[in-house]
Amino acid sequence: MRARPLSPHLGIYRFMYTMALSIAHRITGIVLSAGLILLVWWLMAAATGPAAYEGAMRVLSHGFVKLLLAGWVFAFAYHLCNGIRHLSWDAGIGLEKHEARRSAWVTVACALVIGGALVFTAFFAKVFA
Amino acid sequence: MSLRSPVGKALGQGSAKDGVSHWWLQRVTAVALVPLTLWFVFALLGRPSFEHQPVLSWIGEGWTPVGLVLLVLVLCYHSALGVQTVLEDYVHAKPVKIAALLASTFLHALLAVAGTYAVLKIAFQGL
Repeated sequence: MRARPLSPHLGIYRFMYTMALSIAHRITGIVLSAGLILLVWWLMAAATGPAAYEGAMRVLSHGFVKLLLAGWVFAFAYHLCNGIRHLSWDAGIGLEKHEARRSAWVTVACALVIGGALVFTAFFAKVFA
Repeated sequence: MSLRSPVGKALGQGSAKDGVSHWWLQRVTAVALVPLTLWFVFALLGRPSFEHQPVLSWIGEGWTPVGLVLLVLVLCYHSALGVQTVLEDYVHAKPVKIAALLASTFLHALLAVAGTYAVLKIAFQGL
């Protein structure tokens, strides 16, 4: 059988920024999957007992981990916004080229605003303050 | 040029009946995760304290454990489908691909069970 094309066969396309949003959706998805491990680990620590929970919170409140958490918040904001964009495409809305390009900018803007607002509230206004 | 008939080519390539289920479940879980994750994020932001006792009583109170179990299970399902797609697309060496897909499936099952167990343990302890 003739060798069939395998993804990612990106070399055949001229770069367009909507492609960057597409790959960013996958990257943030993988990042969020890693965050899922952290969420379950935190829940297990809480269920195990005070010592385990203190240990988990010590790790989570470490400066570097807080930076990672802030990254995860932005990944969440982006994946949420772009996910809604994908769902609207599935509903047949916004599939025209110019619409997809415009919604790309809206998505990035919304993700930055939502991510920034959440990080600000969590890290500077409330939770870890 | 091949002498195989179109039917001969199609046979043995897998059923065509449930091809859409992966795609559809990815969307179903995505729709569910919009309210679930937003609820979780704002619930966390609304917590006055992340000390152990206040967190335990929050996890156990009212509808919170129901929301948390739903969140963990739907997140695990959505994540499993997404990671599977990425592995299938970018890992081409078959033994590595199968090993990675197995590892991802088992890890997601572990996370789903552990997350559910943790939430229920806390919730039932409070009763």
